[in-house]
Amino acid sequence: MRTIDQTTQEVLTLASKHFQVPADSLAPDDDFFKKLGIDSLQALELLSRLENHFGIELPDYEVQGVSDFRTLASRIQSRL
Amino acid sequence: MLDLSKYQSIGAALKDALDQFANEVCLIESDREREKERLTYHDFKERAHPLARALQDAGFKPNDRAAIIMTNQSKWLISAYAIFYSGGVLVPLDYKLTPDEQWQLLAHSNASVLVTEYPIWRQLAASPSRSLATNLRTILVTEAPPNADLSNAKRWEEFRGNSEPTFIARQRSDIATIVYSSGTGGRPKGCMMTHENYLEQCIALTSIYPFSPGMRYLSILPTNHAIDFMVGFFGPFICGAAVVHLRTLRPEYVREAFSKYKITYVSLVPLVLKNLQKGLQERLEALPNGKRKVFNALVAINKGFTKGQSRLGLSRRLLKQVHEAFGGELRAIIVGGAFTEPQTLQFFYDLGIPVANGYGLTEAGTAITVNDLKPFRADTVGKPLPGMQVRILNPDSEGIGEVSVRSKTVMSGYVNEPELTAETIVDGWLMTGDLGRFDPTGHLQLFGRKKNMIVTEEGKNIYPEDIETAFESLPVKEFCIFAANYVWPKRSMVGEQLLLVLHLEQDQTLSDDLRRYISARNSRLLNYKRVHGIVLFDEDFPRTASLKIKRNILAERLAQQDRASAVLPL
Repeated sequence: MRTIDQTTQEVLTLASKHFQVPADSLAPDDDFFKKLGIDSLQALELLSRLENHFGIELPDYEVQGVSDFRTLASRIQSRL
Repeated sequence: MLDLSKYQSIGAALKDALDQFANEVCLIESDREREKERLTYHDFKERAHPLARALQDAGFKPNDRAAIIMTNQSKWLISAYAIFYSGGVLVPLDYKLTPDEQWQLLAHSNASVLVTEYPIWRQLAASPSRSLATNLRTILVTEAPPNADLSNAKRWEEFRGNSEPTFIARQRSDIATIVYSSGTGGRPKGCMMTHENYLEQCIALTSIYPFSPGMRYLSILPTNHAIDFMVGFFGPFICGAAVVHLRTLRPEYVREAFSKYKITYVSLVPLVLKNLQKGLQERLEALPNGKRKVFNALVAINKGFTKGQSRLGLSRRLLKQVHEAFGGELRAIIVGGAFTEPQTLQFFYDLGIPVANGYGLTEAGTAITVNDLKPFRADTVGKPLPGMQVRILNPDSEGIGEVSVRSKTVMSGYVNEPELTAETIVDGWLMTGDLGRFDPTGHLQLFGRKKNMIVTEEGKNIYPEDIETAFESLPVKEFCIFAANYVWPKRSMVGEQLLLVLHLEQDQTLSDDLRRYISARNSRLLNYKRVHGIVLFDEDFPRTASLKIKRNILAERLAQQDRASAVLPL
């Protein structure tokens, strides 16, 4: 079982790969919309990538209003 | 379809539709690969009647108000029908609002019933603003886990009466819904829409874009939005068609739904349409050179044959792969909620996929004009729908003035706002606040909002939204144009200038190349329409639920900067 820190790190790594930004430029409390410069549709694409990686399903409502990596990781963690 | 001229209310029309089309499929609900639900009109009635009975047993009376805060799904429509059947007033609220905003609107509308889904209720129940909605007596929550703390709410699935409910007749002039218009500024306004508004709007729209049994509408825009309520509920239901709901709006599942369910119509906002365009363009550009040439040749042939009118059959054969990606049955994409760039409309039309763009506002009952595709005109928002009287008030020398509308679809007024209502509906004419003119063929062209304009030193009226189209596809994250004096108010009618506000991509800078690109575009404009400076803004533009830019809020944020240092030379 992953710890929340591990999950958060994996979320950051995946986001950096998917949007081709340096991994060390992302931090858990960053607003991913602002930091990655993405819109809501691109955020949904990221969620699909994360679901495949973690082998879970994240209903849209679970991530409604979520904009930082840390909260996103905690929502994933609760479903692992 | 039903002859709506014979009906007095939404409830009465839907009641007959459920019997007339009893064996037709009315709702399909899909969650990723799984189909959760497939209901016939008969099934729908079987679900809705016990709910209506239970509402009536709980003291819900004619004219009482019931709010729905849910994502698009079967239970949204079933609940709405139960409310109409019981003579209630439906208050459809935006599920994307914050709990605080939702409680404020629940209080403002005086709702006594709330239907919502568990994840939304969890947030609502935890909000301190809950105490605002003092009239709320019954709260129904869908899909709550078995051991969930419902905080005085009831389970929707268990809220069922045992006997047949009483159908409560309403008159055409009675209020059917209170719809909060997100608008592009100011506080939300509760538009009181009558049963007649919906009946007449539905007659007008289905005369141009008809539904029939077997047709399938993909419901993506939130159902609380006037467009989806009409074309994703009332319209298809009174024609015996089906509505498809997706519980996740991930792009891959939306794409899959087109072919899986053979979608006939879908409604999108311009931003999503543009995203779709971008995706298609990328795929086309990735084709090997030879294939791309063949494809472009086929597009050229299609353009030649569809100049005068849309020929769906021909386009589907010529551009088979594109049409199959959309399921092969798509008749039109309905686009609304904001101004759509002509270049985007043209892109889809050239592929043989008509985009039914139009113009409307909640206060006028969804749509005022619609492009009837006879012929397709990317540069206009179409002609007035049947039954709409549209006139241009105080036109200037170019024929541009405020668009005003008189029709049976215009709301009866704003909730608790008699003065605002009197300002908005003058002698029976709805003042839209939008600027437009008719071309010689009767098509309406829009030029912006009344308050967002400048008068140049040459005496020309300039509308920023009009000029934005000249900067289409600018390689930045987002952009818009403001009158400088709108951002930094100045008591002067001379020397007004236009500013290009840029939100750059991450790590992008205002490079010399970008400046040159902007200057080149700018120089193509007539001199009095050119922008005079650039303002950088490093946050996402504030947008409404329908993704329109909230210009007044953006202007306020820009105004926090010092004008002299914020405006960069072009």
